[in-house]
Amino acid sequence: MQILDSSFAALSDPTRRAILARLALGEATVLELAKPFQMTQPAISRHLKVLETAGLIEQRVDGTRRPRRLAKPALDNIDQYLNTLRRALEANYDRLDNILAEINAPKGDPK
Amino acid sequence: MNKMSLKTEGDRFVVVTRRFAASPEAVYRAHTDPEVIKKWMLGPPGWTMPVCINDPRPGGKIRFEWSDGNGHGFYLTGENLEMEPYKRLVHVERMHLPDPTPDNHVETLFEPDGAGTLMIMRMTLPNEEVRKSMLATGMESGMAVSYDRLESLVA
Repeated sequence: MQILDSSFAALSDPTRRAILARLALGEATVLELAKPFQMTQPAISRHLKVLETAGLIEQRVDGTRRPRRLAKPALDNIDQYLNTLRRALEANYDRLDNILAEINAPKGDPK
Repeated sequence: MNKMSLKTEGDRFVVVTRRFAASPEAVYRAHTDPEVIKKWMLGPPGWTMPVCINDPRPGGKIRFEWSDGNGHGFYLTGENLEMEPYKRLVHVERMHLPDPTPDNHVETLFEPDGAGTLMIMRMTLPNEEVRKSMLATGMESGMAVSYDRLESLVA
């Protein structure tokens, strides 16, 4: 599967790479993923959350089950990328605003 | 107050504009002085930049290393290409995730805007593969995923 090759070579965490490889074989629940990875469900859930946030996997509702599966190849992940970039830059520039204000303020000026 | 605009230019570039209530000189320095850079070019809460190298001259090396304090992190390297003090910066950078992403060519302009500065940054829009990789790490362009998402991750 193309989705598993170099796209994910950059994935920093080996567990998440392994989870994606497992999901490429078919959907799985948290419980089903926890066993082979010998991890607790909360630990697996945290990894799944990261993958979900990244738009790489998605949940399906099946009664009370919530199996995870690979997300359909993003038709266009540009918007997602740009939104993430926008929020990150806004946070950084807000921080920079504060630093510039400190630099502008006369030294020793009481607040 | 949302002062920032972020737009694509064709399918190859992203253009960001942002106003700052400080002189072009101050904003330029904030982008070139490592002591200032490491105070604001951070990730989500808790992330720091323990290594911040920026040799502010053409050909000078750039190296930023981010850490989440729990053994996770990544780094960016680059080179300054053109530096016109207080007006314009051109540099190239790449993320190491750990494999290097294709070079991102960034031009940043600092224009006087009343008593402040209008900053215009034009950078390369990474291709789909690189976008996926960056999104998958939860960090991209040396920046953070959104705070609310992060908080839900650590909750």
